[in-house]
Amino acid sequence: MMARRLPLVALLALVALGPRLLPEFYVTLFNYIGLYGLVALGLVLLTGIGGMTSFGQGAFVGLGAYATAYLTTVHGLSPWATLFIGLAVTGATALLLGAMTLRLSGHYLPLGTIAWGISLYYLFGNLDALGGHTGITGIPAVSLFGLSLESGRDFGYLIWAITLAALWATQNLLASRQGRAIRALKGGSLMAESMGVDIARTKIIAFLIAALLASLSGWLYAHLQRFVNPTPFSLHHGIEYLFMAVVGGAASLWGALLGAGVITLLNEWLKDLLPKLLGASGNFEMIVFGVMMVLLLQYAPNGLWPLLARRLPAPRREIAVSDAQPLTQRDKPASGTTLLEVKAAVKRFGGLVAVNDMSLTVKAGEILALLGPNGAGKSTMFNLVSGVAPPTSGTVHFLDRRIDGLDPRRIAKLGMSRSFQHVRLLREMSVLENVAIGAHLRGAAGVLSSSLHLERGEEARLLAEAARQVQRVGLGEHLHDAAGSLPLGKQRILEIARALCADPCLLLLDEPAAGLRYLEKQALAELLRKLCGEGLGILLVEHDMDFVMGLVHRVVVMDFGEKIAEGLPDEIQRNPAVREAYLGGVE
Amino acid sequence: MDLQIALLLAQDGLTNGAIYVLLALALVLVFAVTRVIFIPQGEFVAFGALTLAAFDNGKLPGTVWLLLGGAALVLLVEAVAARRERNNQRLARALLFYGLLPAVVAGAAWWAAALKLALPVQIALSLAIVVPMGPILYRLAFQPLAEASVLVLLIVSVAVHLALAGLGLFFFGAEGSRTPAFSEAMLKFGEINVSGQSLWVYGSSAVLILALYVFFSRSLYGKALVATAVNRTGARLMGIRTSMAGGLAFTLAAAIGAFSGILIAPITTIFYDTGFIIGLKGFVGAIVGGLASYPVAAGGALLVGLIESYASFWASAFKEVIVFTLIIPVLLWRSLTTHHIEEDE
Amino acid sequence: MNRQAMDCLVEPILTVRGLKVSYGKVAALHHVDLTVGAGQIVTVIGSNGAGKTTLLSAIMGLLPSDGKIEFAGECHARVEVEDMVVRGLTLVPEKRELFASMSVEDNLRLGGFARFAAGKRGHETAMAEVFQRFPRLNERRTQLAGTLSGGERAMLALGRALMARPKLLMLDEPSLGLAPLIVREIFHIIADLRDTGTAILLVEQNARAALQVADYGYVLETGDVLIEGPAFELADNPKIAESYLGIKSAT
Repeated sequence: MMARRLPLVALLALVALGPRLLPEFYVTLFNYIGLYGLVALGLVLLTGIGGMTSFGQGAFVGLGAYATAYLTTVHGLSPWATLFIGLAVTGATALLLGAMTLRLSGHYLPLGTIAWGISLYYLFGNLDALGGHTGITGIPAVSLFGLSLESGRDFGYLIWAITLAALWATQNLLASRQGRAIRALKGGSLMAESMGVDIARTKIIAFLIAALLASLSGWLYAHLQRFVNPTPFSLHHGIEYLFMAVVGGAASLWGALLGAGVITLLNEWLKDLLPKLLGASGNFEMIVFGVMMVLLLQYAPNGLWPLLARRLPAPRREIAVSDAQPLTQRDKPASGTTLLEVKAAVKRFGGLVAVNDMSLTVKAGEILALLGPNGAGKSTMFNLVSGVAPPTSGTVHFLDRRIDGLDPRRIAKLGMSRSFQHVRLLREMSVLENVAIGAHLRGAAGVLSSSLHLERGEEARLLAEAARQVQRVGLGEHLHDAAGSLPLGKQRILEIARALCADPCLLLLDEPAAGLRYLEKQALAELLRKLCGEGLGILLVEHDMDFVMGLVHRVVVMDFGEKIAEGLPDEIQRNPAVREAYLGGVE
Repeated sequence: MDLQIALLLAQDGLTNGAIYVLLALALVLVFAVTRVIFIPQGEFVAFGALTLAAFDNGKLPGTVWLLLGGAALVLLVEAVAARRERNNQRLARALLFYGLLPAVVAGAAWWAAALKLALPVQIALSLAIVVPMGPILYRLAFQPLAEASVLVLLIVSVAVHLALAGLGLFFFGAEGSRTPAFSEAMLKFGEINVSGQSLWVYGSSAVLILALYVFFSRSLYGKALVATAVNRTGARLMGIRTSMAGGLAFTLAAAIGAFSGILIAPITTIFYDTGFIIGLKGFVGAIVGGLASYPVAAGGALLVGLIESYASFWASAFKEVIVFTLIIPVLLWRSLTTHHIEEDE
Repeated sequence: MNRQAMDCLVEPILTVRGLKVSYGKVAALHHVDLTVGAGQIVTVIGSNGAGKTTLLSAIMGLLPSDGKIEFAGECHARVEVEDMVVRGLTLVPEKRELFASMSVEDNLRLGGFARFAAGKRGHETAMAEVFQRFPRLNERRTQLAGTLSGGERAMLALGRALMARPKLLMLDEPSLGLAPLIVREIFHIIADLRDTGTAILLVEQNARAALQVADYGYVLETGDVLIEGPAFELADNPKIAESYLGIKSAT
């Protein structure tokens, strides 16, 4: 355990003693690493974890810096007041920018930030009130408890206190309900949305946090330097910030500090070396950075931190699960109550009729199978029910409430929970955390309380519930394993546990037996029998007759978008229309 | 502002706009075929202009060394691959395209540098030096990442831009250059004078756009590029290599970029880093077209040119701010007309 | 007639031995042996999820696999799809993968790209042949592929593949999603392709129709060959219906 803590202890020692012992030059470098690390931290959250990117962080730093520079020098406000004004201005800008770009395909955000980075740079440089290209001088020093932090040696303590606090809070955030939502952004949006996570909002939150951290860094920068001009906030620096995040390791928060350190030191060294080597003056370090970045993304796309972390003795981290008080459950309808009723549903895509005049009902305590050969329209039907694609005409009622036209999140909230045909898990995350996403709607903790770990009571209850569901489906021994390491059969069962964690009264399962071996299918069937015995309604979309026959209560068969048969399993097997649909026409 | 000034500004705007149109088309092409957002386009503009300027000054342009260095790297990579596959044909092809050809071009440049040959010859030589860097760049930086996400490709693209800009600074220095106009003529249309160079820009852009149109609608290779953009899997199943399509798209983009630089160099002083801003203005146009539609991108780019021209009259200090803020209403409009949350790749 | 006997009669164009394909830890194909003779129509049938598409993808080089694949007398270990096309193997995938925003004619032209790039000509003759075989495509030649009906799309996919003049044509579920009448038409066309001398490997869920046009058949179930034999023998085999309808476990 001590060995694992070693880097942290070393860093804390450096932070505590460095400003006192190191020569001036290194103290300055060290301060810059802290400042840049703060920005890179936001980018790791945004890029490495959230799967979005910004080249415009330099401009956010500039907003924070210029806000305090202008207000403290011209209006004489206290730096502590301008800190919050700067954050507010940055936050508002980020919200506006995020609201506009985050709903578009992934590349519009970075492109938007490039344009916005350039425009803000020219704005700083051309507004006379902001001193044009010469900038603003005479920014007052920050004082803390009556102590004026004038020298870089003193101010460094503030920089590093803030940077480390931000690191701690971000780490807290990631290990929470909100953090799981952020971690689902990359590769799990569709799944998270169906578990009730508001993806659009979560994206904006991640972007906002990154912008605010950058603004904070800008405030620190202004009071460290005591003057600002547009140069450090150019697009070029925005790019450098992103490189720090990528070099360090875009998926690890510690990588942000590592990347900031590597790029800052390398920059210093190259600025010295290259002009001598090339016999001309200029920013030649960008050649090296550019080439280095291309090679890194080709050969080590996860950055340097994972390479380093591999060398540290890292025991498996297990998230503690306590016997917290159980979450409240919704009232379940009695066995035999009609849960789902689809009436005369039609779905057209252009001229193509994918589903035509389909009706079906599912009752509590019943398993209904929706069967049909490939291309029969089962998946479309599934999407109609779960809200992914509303029907062109016809109605869907769930618990006597009309739900066609509602979005998947609202439907999930009403007590319908689903699995996916192609397993959608967050492979790097543990089984427990994956299942806990299912309980998203049963918690309420926000970003702030999560960052400060004020929501531990609720979090413990969510995790306890997740652990209970993992036990319930029989995956208890894998609680702390990475979800991606399980065999397919268990991954599918994990998906069911995740769906159960939402406390549903109806389960929608999309081809849960696809790709499973015989024994795995048996285990799955056993589980489904048990669940429906507990009063759950289950709608099973399948093409695998074999799996369905001994298991379900009723069967509806589709072909060419229409219902061709409905009845008990053995009736269906003998039905000539079904045989025709499955084995093909005879001439 | 009187009518004469308005017309003069329009002429300026259309001249720059024509260049942005060419760049926007190249950007859409590269993105559609390779999913790369081609940020280094601007460096090709600068390299084209500055290489020509070097010839014009009777100097050997530094880009020759870049060409030789890049070609040597590709040759190395290809030779290793060919050896592993025991594919002599591939080795021979690499030797021809990345060994012999660049050497011939470099030799010709070295021979021609001091002679100050006629402008058309200098232009041809400049293109021969700069255009091959397109496929070289694709082979070295992007082909190994053909399966990566748009986001990763974008970061690589920005990294390549940075490296090329740095190399531009090294080869051409920080001073800007202008090249002589293709034509010194000044034509009078009623009240306004139209410079011969502007007419050259309009005419060449039109010819180039027409040539691109013919290439995509008539030749099978052009159609293969479109096919790759439309359906990569389908194209591969027809034997159309993604790497071939990518290399071809980059070649076209490099040619368009370099030629744009050569067209604009007599009008604007070009520095090693001017190309970046010019390229990004083409981008604003391309984004108007959603990086997908050629005609809308072209219209958007023309609009950028005009807005920039009028902005420089009314608020010259805020010209760039206005042009790049233009992207905000465009994004807003796109955002309001898009209705889906997409799953990332 | 067993497989050894069949091997003696016609020279094989494709030989697959011990093919194994895995997605991560999950094996989709365990150990598949399969032979297609020159000019033959061989079908692989089986219910959804049996591994049929995986099999074709592995042969085509779209997926990495273990085992031996010999095509047209050449073994290949790690070969790219485009190389296989040049060697004379063409796949019509389940999703058709047409160029939706391009015309029918352009789609067909691109079908001949590999031949064109290799310097072979004769595009116009090939196109005329395709139009003769599919008069409907001729009527629609300027229409965009994306606006075609399901049946026409299936025909265009077939026509586009024929433009490459393949030695072996692999068809993945050509009847998928088509109405019964169109399915019949498509299978007629497949049967007619016999006269081109092109060997066909036909993957189908529609077992009866596939066995009617094929010479030889394999039944695939969860990654293994369950039964194989001449098509007329398989057509009467009750095991197939059982495998499809899950009867064995219910009775």
